[in-house]
Amino acid sequence: MSAWEDARTPRTVRVASDFPGPRLQEIWERRPGLVGWLGDVDHKEIGKRYVLTAFAFLLLGGVEALMMRLQLGGPNLRVLTPEQYDQLFTMHGVSMIFLYAAPILSGFSNYLWPLLLGSRDMAFPRLNALSYWIYLAAGIFIYAGFAVGRGPDDGWFNYVPYASRTFNPGLNMDVYALGLILLGISTTVGSANFVVTFLRTRAPGMSINRVPILTWGTLTASVANLLAVPSVSLAFFLLWLDRQFGMHFFDAAQGQPLLWQHLFWMFGHPWVYAIVLPAMGMVSDGLPTFCRRPLVGYTPVALSTVATMALGFGVWVHHMFATGLPDISLSFFSGASLIITIPSAVAVFAWTATIWLGRPVITTAFLFFASMIVLFVVGGVSGVMTASAPVDWQLTDTYFVVAHLHYVLIGINVFPVLGGAYYWFPKVTGRLLSERLGRWNFWTMFAGFNLGFFPMHLLGLAGMPRRIYTYPAGMGWDTTNLVVSAGSALFAAGVLLFLINVAVSLRRGAPAGDNPWDAPTLEWATASPPPPYNFAVIPSVASRHPLWEDRLGEGQARSRLTEGLLLDHGRETIGTSALDAEPNLILEMPTDSLAPALLAAGLAALFASALFKAWWLVGAAGAVCVAALVLWFWPSRRHAGMPETADG
Amino acid sequence: MGYLRTFGPRADPITQLTWGFIALSLAVVAIVTLLVVVGVVVRRQPPIPVGQTAAVTRGGGGLGWISFGVGLTLVALVGSLAWTVAVMAQVGSPPTAPAVTLEITGHQWWWEARYVGADPSQTFVTANEIHIPVGRPVLVKLKGADVIHSFWIPALAGKTDTIPGRTNLTWLQADRPGTYRGQCTEYCGLQHAHMAALVIAEAPEAFEAWRQGQLRPAPPAAPAAVSGEALFVARCGTCHRVRGTGAGGRLGPDLTHLMSRATLAAGVVPNTPAGLAGWIANPQALKPGARMPASGLDGVELGQVTAYLGGLK
Repeated sequence: MSAWEDARTPRTVRVASDFPGPRLQEIWERRPGLVGWLGDVDHKEIGKRYVLTAFAFLLLGGVEALMMRLQLGGPNLRVLTPEQYDQLFTMHGVSMIFLYAAPILSGFSNYLWPLLLGSRDMAFPRLNALSYWIYLAAGIFIYAGFAVGRGPDDGWFNYVPYASRTFNPGLNMDVYALGLILLGISTTVGSANFVVTFLRTRAPGMSINRVPILTWGTLTASVANLLAVPSVSLAFFLLWLDRQFGMHFFDAAQGQPLLWQHLFWMFGHPWVYAIVLPAMGMVSDGLPTFCRRPLVGYTPVALSTVATMALGFGVWVHHMFATGLPDISLSFFSGASLIITIPSAVAVFAWTATIWLGRPVITTAFLFFASMIVLFVVGGVSGVMTASAPVDWQLTDTYFVVAHLHYVLIGINVFPVLGGAYYWFPKVTGRLLSERLGRWNFWTMFAGFNLGFFPMHLLGLAGMPRRIYTYPAGMGWDTTNLVVSAGSALFAAGVLLFLINVAVSLRRGAPAGDNPWDAPTLEWATASPPPPYNFAVIPSVASRHPLWEDRLGEGQARSRLTEGLLLDHGRETIGTSALDAEPNLILEMPTDSLAPALLAAGLAALFASALFKAWWLVGAAGAVCVAALVLWFWPSRRHAGMPETADG
Repeated sequence: MGYLRTFGPRADPITQLTWGFIALSLAVVAIVTLLVVVGVVVRRQPPIPVGQTAAVTRGGGGLGWISFGVGLTLVALVGSLAWTVAVMAQVGSPPTAPAVTLEITGHQWWWEARYVGADPSQTFVTANEIHIPVGRPVLVKLKGADVIHSFWIPALAGKTDTIPGRTNLTWLQADRPGTYRGQCTEYCGLQHAHMAALVIAEAPEAFEAWRQGQLRPAPPAAPAAVSGEALFVARCGTCHRVRGTGAGGRLGPDLTHLMSRATLAAGVVPNTPAGLAGWIANPQALKPGARMPASGLDGVELGQVTAYLGGLK
């Protein structure tokens, strides 16, 4: 009933003539000072924080990798002790997979989604802030364990029984178990937010066949996370019960060690796709801009994104080919793992066709995107090899798989992310990254990456196992390992050049203007950097390429970017229908609030207390969480009785 | 440790399949790389000044590319799957009439090998070095003592995990005499790096002679080694076994015929008098984290124990 009482017809305005700019600014701007900073729920701010935090973890994981490469540079070296090496390789995996690869994409998507979709914010801005704060807390939680020598040391996959208390009595595994459950909360709320944002807050007219592919990628990844994360959270919770409360889910005598692997990989494999699909989406959106034509095969690429994920839930056993499961089930999972190549092939041929049927303009962003196609295919074919169960009996747990997964994760995540950084940096900061430094950056990384990781294939074929802290001389691995170590140093230098470019260009980069690349999508229709309210009026969309419509001659209808709904009765955006994006609701958006940060702090305290089984502290932290929720949901009366007509 | 050249019917069909995949993979990478590089070079246009509007096109025909490429990929994949399934059928079933049945147990960080005979008197236990007869199928039952390990002899067979609470099956057959190195490939803790296994394939007669030798209990200690034996039983016998003496421990490797092995500590140290003495004196220096503690023997005692062990042919 109250919704009916509130019903109003929002005002449509034209930006140039009657746009009351300062009012929107006032409504959406965050309050000054630390309180304002902590309480900010603007998706752009949260996106930037995600990206910066994820990049910090990337650098930490990179330093860990370099230390390992020092140890492995020659046979029988003693740079690190076995215990140090084990914690380093584990933290490297945890950092890169959990604390970098997924959050960096959440960061890009958080920043970009409302801009791509023509909205003023994500569907649940406070949930968005909560997702970030919990991610930060979980990262600090796990690294705090590592800092005091209690980091996880059983690999990111954390197999039992080695992870059980019998073989691993310290708190290392409990830090990891609780840290990952905490992180799972962040992933879950973040994913739910993306799903609802996609279904509900697209600009009028932006039907689901007009959204950028990046949003398809992130949507698919988010749905997958909602289905996959419970599996790993449960696994880690059961492990914690085993370790601290004497239960027997995973022990050999009364439980089943293989249960861990099933639960972990039922999560783990979909997760791998979740951390590449949005990055593939960046390429699908960025590459066509520089090829000066729309993406070839939008529909097949969007559908293949979804298909990859659907198939991705049916391939987890390919991580377990050597566990002695019956051949008949192995052949099923071999088949599924081979067939998942098809949707990837769709994307690869769509991208190459886009290059051939367009007129590419070579920029640093383009180089990162285009080189990703090649790296993706290298990682793809080695993935096909490991999909064949008998071949995998030889390949698995050797450096061949290390090579494969780095081609996948660096090739399909880091390269698109760097391309995306060059592409969207001007939107975020208003300044362009230096192209000159950019070329150095790209070629150093590309050469370093291939020098560092391609020879790992050869090491794997020469039989070098993974996760060994040293190896004897005379196995034929010495020279190759030295080359790998040198290549990884060069790759690190490339990353350093990127940081230098960012630092220099932030101050001295050329001004970007609204649309430096003459790109077709909505984020380029607003200022760089965008104002807190994103768009002065809610645009309405008539095609996939609102800024290229005139030149492409797509039908009669035209997107309207400077005339649309004003929505200035407080923080508001428009709610639209799930498929066709017909406007049907004004969504009231929450104000800034300290509640998300407080709730995240309470949860972190709760998990830290649980780690030490300090139950009264757990209770106190729980009370903080409840208080934060009360604050969060405290009703506001800000919009009561504001008829549209009475407003100037 | 390579497996691009293998020496038996368990591994050879897989090796051919692996080469097939390598050839296919190289071809695909070459084709796509050429497509991208040539495409960029041929179709590129000069830079467009920042912020300037430039031409965009919408040429047709793109869907044909995708259909053609994906169609070709599908053919390659279906072929790969058929070959994969055929190879699995070929190598999957363990032999019904194995010449030797072995029980291999993965320990942190060594391999226990039990040769299962027709009756208990024909059964014996050794460690890390596995002798097999050439040209004959060997059935391997894999067990896990503590955590998960993975048994891998690259030139003879792919990996199979040893999982506590389960018994996995694999089989081996070497068509050529020789020593084939293997290594644990499932991460199992601090000394995962130092968990090698050797398979020594020898002519059936030589194998039989070796087997008969292993079945015998340890020879009585030579007079000079009697004190060493007493020390060994007292100080090492809780963990190690030497059949025919009071040392009956089962936690560490069976040492009854220690001198028939080429290495110690799962491939870490050569089995020479100096290597042996060094290992006993301070295992933690050579294999940090190993389950074997420093023995605490003084120099004289160390010499005596080493002399005794040196007699365990």
